[in-house]
Amino acid sequence: MIINFLFAAIKAGTPLLFGTTGEIMTEKSGNLNLGVEGMMFMGAFMGFFVGFHTGSLPLALLAAFIIGNFAALIYAFLTVTMMANQNVTGLTLTIFGIGFAKFFGEIMIRKAGGSPKLSPEFMITISEKPIPVLGEIPVIGKLIFSHNPLVYLSVLVAVICSIYIMKTRAGLNMRAVGENPAAADAAGIKVTRIKYLHIMLGGGICGLGGAYLSLINGGGVWNNSSVVNGQGWISVALVIFASWSPMKAIFGSLVFGAFSVLQFYAPKDIIHIPNAFYVMLPFLITTFVLIFASMRKSKTGSQPAGCGINYFREER
Amino acid sequence: MSSQSLSTKKEPFIRIIKKTEISVGKTIVLSLLALLAAIIAGGIFILAIGQNPFEIYTTIVKGAWRSSMATKGTIKIAIPLLIAALGITPAFQMKFWNIGAEGQIIMGGIFATYFALFFDHLPHGLLLVIMFVAGMVGGGLWGLIPAYFKTRFGTNETLFTLMLNYIALYMIKFFIEGPWRDPASSGFPKIATFTKNARLDQIFGVHAGWLIGLVLVVVLFIYLTFTKQGYEISVVGESVNTARYAGMNVKKIIMRTMFISGAICGIAGMTQVTGAAYTLGEGVAGGVGFTAITVAWLSKLNPLFILVVTLLFSMLEKGCSVMQSTFGLSSAVSGILQGIILFFILGFDFFTRYRFVFRKER
Amino acid sequence: MEKKKNETMAIELKQITKTFGSVVANNKIDLSVKQGEILALLGENGSGKTTLMNMLSGIYKPDSGSIFINGQSVTINSPEDAIRLGVGMIHQHFKLVEVLSATDNIILGAKEKGLFLHKSRSERIKDISKRFGLNINPEKKVYQMSVSEKQTVEIIKVLYRKADILILDEPTAVLTPQETKRLFEILRRMKKEGCAVIIITHKLNEVLEISDRVTILRKGESVATVDTAKTSAKELTELMVGRPVELSIEHPTNDYNENLLEIHHLTVENEEGVNMIKDITFDLNRGEILGVAGVAGSGQKELCEALAGLLPVKKGAVLYQNENIVGKTPNEIIKMGISMSFIPEDRLGMGLAASMGMVDNMLLKKYNEGKGPFVSKKEARELAKRLVKQLDIVTPTVDTPVRRLSGGNVQKVLLGREIESGPNVLITAYAVRGLDINSSYTIYDALNEQKQKGVGVLFIGEDLDVMLELCDRIMVLCHGKITGIVEAKATTKEQLGLMMTDAAGAKGGKS
Repeated sequence: MIINFLFAAIKAGTPLLFGTTGEIMTEKSGNLNLGVEGMMFMGAFMGFFVGFHTGSLPLALLAAFIIGNFAALIYAFLTVTMMANQNVTGLTLTIFGIGFAKFFGEIMIRKAGGSPKLSPEFMITISEKPIPVLGEIPVIGKLIFSHNPLVYLSVLVAVICSIYIMKTRAGLNMRAVGENPAAADAAGIKVTRIKYLHIMLGGGICGLGGAYLSLINGGGVWNNSSVVNGQGWISVALVIFASWSPMKAIFGSLVFGAFSVLQFYAPKDIIHIPNAFYVMLPFLITTFVLIFASMRKSKTGSQPAGCGINYFREER
Repeated sequence: MSSQSLSTKKEPFIRIIKKTEISVGKTIVLSLLALLAAIIAGGIFILAIGQNPFEIYTTIVKGAWRSSMATKGTIKIAIPLLIAALGITPAFQMKFWNIGAEGQIIMGGIFATYFALFFDHLPHGLLLVIMFVAGMVGGGLWGLIPAYFKTRFGTNETLFTLMLNYIALYMIKFFIEGPWRDPASSGFPKIATFTKNARLDQIFGVHAGWLIGLVLVVVLFIYLTFTKQGYEISVVGESVNTARYAGMNVKKIIMRTMFISGAICGIAGMTQVTGAAYTLGEGVAGGVGFTAITVAWLSKLNPLFILVVTLLFSMLEKGCSVMQSTFGLSSAVSGILQGIILFFILGFDFFTRYRFVFRKER
Repeated sequence: MEKKKNETMAIELKQITKTFGSVVANNKIDLSVKQGEILALLGENGSGKTTLMNMLSGIYKPDSGSIFINGQSVTINSPEDAIRLGVGMIHQHFKLVEVLSATDNIILGAKEKGLFLHKSRSERIKDISKRFGLNINPEKKVYQMSVSEKQTVEIIKVLYRKADILILDEPTAVLTPQETKRLFEILRRMKKEGCAVIIITHKLNEVLEISDRVTILRKGESVATVDTAKTSAKELTELMVGRPVELSIEHPTNDYNENLLEIHHLTVENEEGVNMIKDITFDLNRGEILGVAGVAGSGQKELCEALAGLLPVKKGAVLYQNENIVGKTPNEIIKMGISMSFIPEDRLGMGLAASMGMVDNMLLKKYNEGKGPFVSKKEARELAKRLVKQLDIVTPTVDTPVRRLSGGNVQKVLLGREIESGPNVLITAYAVRGLDINSSYTIYDALNEQKQKGVGVLFIGEDLDVMLELCDRIMVLCHGKITGIVEAKATTKEQLGLMMTDAAGAKGGKS
């Protein structure tokens, strides 16, 4: 029972982990992109579309990643080069992305003459199956080593991003850009290039999260109306909860995932809490995290100082 | 030293220079140019999906206004968007990034619904006034919370208001599944439909929300332009230090303004439940709060422009839904077109502040 | 960094011009520095020193003119290019990332091999520190550092990049005399290593102490370059201000003899909780201009803001006719019949609303007058129009956003509004900073006029010559304490200079 619950929590947390990691990469370079929901929607469509036509998981993921890059490129161009308001541009990207995915989703449905379904072979590729040997370990085998391949990918991406941010030269440069672009610029860092790269990388990772939703959560069938149902927004919240660290995001996505499925596993006869509270809880907790962080006035583990502000070198 | 290689290095082809500011007239011309460019870009998109842009555009415009039914539909879409965009305006004017309109709309809806469900024995007029006030209080409180923490601890308002959207959304879920569930409904839990007594009256065939919206346009315009409080909002938005210097109580102003901002959004929620849906559902805000932000920003926070832009957006939305039946194209195209228009206007805004300088060929 | 000392110029700037909008910040400037030489770039505030150096460090791009480094013509498009050319600049406002450690800040953006940040990275930092006698804790986060520590990090950062051309923008403005001494030792050592050093300053004694040559800028033009050994403070001053030192600021006298403000044992903390004003006692009389001199950051800003009620007072009292006004809001102070006017240092960020026009700015302190919820703009418009005439303010219309006006006109708008409110006490912080001579004189005249009306003026200044002429008494602040209050007529610049650097020994008290 508990294993099933945690298993389901991991499954529900994975798309959030993608979205959160993507948004962390974006925010760490000094840009608050509120277009995660839109980028995930676009990734969901492209991932499904390519998976549907080619039957190849790598190609599907690549397509989702690239469309995420593309969506983020629009955002990057507008905010970095054209210096448009980041909040508004992000929201617009969400409107655009949802429209994009639903529009082409419907064309896909019409062409397929009904809801498009992924091929059975494809479904096997993305199904949950125990990893040989490791999967046979009791409890842990089921809990950790019996997932669909994308779950491992999400953790891998988060770990790589974490190492990248904290341990590499490029990661250091990117943090500097996010905190104080003027200082980074004076140190000879190409601020514009770094912002573009990380916004696009972040968008790509968000796109992967979208692909997870359409391929895995959708059960192999394209559902035009509710592929991405607020997961993008939850990811933005999770960034705060994870205090801008992809490693903490792994844990955070598990917590958020757990709350979203808790209503199906909680012993209802013992605990009488309305379902709505389970799903609300992550947001409440995040809000408190946000408040406490501001009360402590901590410099670390809070939003990069340059977030939300566009940089223009000759500003005076 | 690598100066050897650098000595031949050319200047970049384009660089950006800050402009001395330009006049209002030029700004409007630029906005219109942006709109034109967006329409052309949208046209190219339509062409790319194998349709005739002229036909599609005509259908959208006609579709939105072709009959009194369609017109009413367009206006119905416009009402919450207009009110919420007006609600965003004072907060944004103050550079308080309130992206919590969605949640404030919802709280307005919840507070109003409470009275609609449990006080519908009151006389119609009184009940509606109470619901109106309740909606304002609900939305206002939801705006006040982040303002309090912002002034007290400096808590980031963008993220805070974003969180409150979801907390509000799940509150609806709570009421629907719990205390306010309609016992008569079988299957899917929902809240009972309001009785006739608790519904907003119609004026010219559309619920009175449009009148409220228009009144708010005028009131807000006057409030922001001519009143002392409006002046305070502008100064705080300009510089908190200047406001303190002028002897203003900045914290009070931020809290008051956010209450007003939330309260107006709350009105949008109230009109939605009592005028359009006659019940409280999870879709009461349905993303309007987010679209409203883009509308307000696009209109440069001017209530009169907001009215125009709202009508444009509503027309797009309504017109695109018509397209579905005429051309078999998904109504979601409205999201794409809205996005394109917004992208272009956001991009063109650059030219009001900066200009490009091209490298002179030597 | 081994370089032969030869006669190739490390830097040569030819005919550099840079404009911002309609303001010409640099006009056809020539400048050169040899290897192993320290050049002082001298000029008043707003003479274009920082702008010029920012073009060398890649922050700004010149509109025209050419730059030669080690004899090669170069184009510097970005700070990155500048670093590659060996140019390192230490900005007045440090360009450090607060949440990162010293080490991280130093290696930031350095072009080095390797994907990962190695533990051994601090070895070279240690080497450099040793070689130049610098001392920092490499793991300390920048936000926990003192100003001088931050400066040290900036210096190591530049050395780490093997820069052989070093530019320092007003490096001593925030340093204690001891720290300044240490900095100069470092600079001399760099000179010995063959580096070319440019130091931006407006302090004559430092110029004479450290530099080999001096280039003087005035109003965006280079007026002269002289050998330090062959010049004097007097000559430099004349070159800098463009006229003989004998300023002809009027100094009217009057026979008001009344105490206006008494400040007792005032202690003020800044927002970070550091005591910036430490237990100071002085008074301000009716009909006098009391000058406040001191090195930048000695507590001037905090003193002004505390008196104006913008910063809470930690201890002490401010008596206005024997009534304590500490703890009262600006509004309450006004209601007591005290009209205190404050011309802050940051004119557009504090005294005015930058994107509003003159009319709306006239309302800033008065918008709340009158009954009803509406703002009445009629009087403000008339006032704005009157000020335009009285003070020769150049503006397209009275509704043009004030940030589009030139610095002098902005100051006139601000001062005009404050004077119009008929104050008893007028506090001005750096009232003529960035203003040309004519505008400055307009301001001096206006202040004298106020003085003759019986207003007590507190004049925070930086140009000692001006203060000696204009003020009746001068109070000197050093590290938040009063080192002396002297009659302007009975003192000299040198004496003031000594008090500013605390050399005379700190003695709180009245003259």
